[in-house]
Amino acid sequence: MSPLLPQTVLDRLHAALPQARVELVNNPSPSGQHALLVHREDAVQVAEFLKNDPELLLDYASDVSGVDYPEYLEAVYHLFSIAKKHGPIVLKTRTGDRGADASVPSLTRVWKSADFQEREAFDLFGIRFEGHPDLRRLLMWEEFEDFPLRKDYVAPNDCEYEPTPHGDIVQKAAAASASPVPQA
Amino acid sequence: MNNLWAEPGNSRLVASAKSIQTDWLMTDDALKQELKQRGIIVASFEDILDWGYNWGRKNSLWPLQFGLACCAIEMIAAAAARFDIARFGAEVFRPSPRQADLMIIAGTVTKKMAPLVVRLYNQMPEPKYVLAMGACAISGGPFKEGYNVLKGIDRYIPVDVYVPGCPPRPEALLEGLITLQKKIAGQRLFGKDLPRHANPEAPAEYPVPAYGPHDLVPPSNPGVFCPPTPSRAE
Repeated sequence: MSPLLPQTVLDRLHAALPQARVELVNNPSPSGQHALLVHREDAVQVAEFLKNDPELLLDYASDVSGVDYPEYLEAVYHLFSIAKKHGPIVLKTRTGDRGADASVPSLTRVWKSADFQEREAFDLFGIRFEGHPDLRRLLMWEEFEDFPLRKDYVAPNDCEYEPTPHGDIVQKAAAASASPVPQA
Repeated sequence: MNNLWAEPGNSRLVASAKSIQTDWLMTDDALKQELKQRGIIVASFEDILDWGYNWGRKNSLWPLQFGLACCAIEMIAAAAARFDIARFGAEVFRPSPRQADLMIIAGTVTKKMAPLVVRLYNQMPEPKYVLAMGACAISGGPFKEGYNVLKGIDRYIPVDVYVPGCPPRPEALLEGLITLQKKIAGQRLFGKDLPRHANPEAPAEYPVPAYGPHDLVPPSNPGVFCPPTPSRAE
């Protein structure tokens, strides 16, 4: 069984959906897992094709991840085929920016297994998945406002006591022990 | 002192039962020890009451059936046949806080879980004890610098025994249990230096922290959390 190459998938995509904006993102690392970057407006259409095409039958999304870039956020899907026993194919979509337009379409309606993982990416990165059936925080509490895995996240400074301080904690703990613990 | 029994002329010892003064006996610990070595136990009514009450409590500590992370697996192992926590009378894990004496905080307390832990503690009847099991329950452990793990449950509720380890072995948990039993055996019902549960000044329950927009509010209970001042080399 020959492995399924992203270029093969891309060729079939271009033949079937010529108007869809999909491009190949090369990964220069030794693993060479090249990805398909799809424009977010075409993402649902492309996902349905990948799942239903008789040669591809990518019927299983094993993993949904978020990535934080300086200009935008990225949702990464790892797709396998249980029927054809091939994969993974890496599918990426990007948000418009990191603020008001930080949204991509939800692919939960295509792959049911993406439900909780999209909620997790929403929780930790703040990627809004438009059309998700139940987009709530998964790990943090609902009143929480930040997105902890973003690079610009600042964790609350509750390091008032550190028995073995090291790194940045030394400064934080010294500053906290100089000022008394704030009363709520 | 050693000649106490040898001197028949000791007026205090030959005093009649009606007029015997026992205060000096009760307060002289060295004398009590001396008498105990000779097979005579001197005890007040309160002492006997303390002893019996504490003997019953310390040998039937019912833990709350409550595990948070991997330390709970060690706690389960301690309850199973090889280590057998029943040897120390603590095998009756209660599924309800209303019936439990001991809360074993077995594992990582996330900030999302912390208010629930405090509420369960508040629901336990007095006298109640807390055993923090493992590095995470004590201080946050390897997740201390994370955003979602409480840096030790002693920020919100008073902890009686700390059992370090990652996770502690079942023997360590049993050692912690024996330490707690010794602590209970030394607690008094009357007089000075009362334990928390017998002290009317001590709070009966502890405030439950609220979920805030960035952190728990408040991040610690200043009435409970009193860390030592660390000395740091520059």
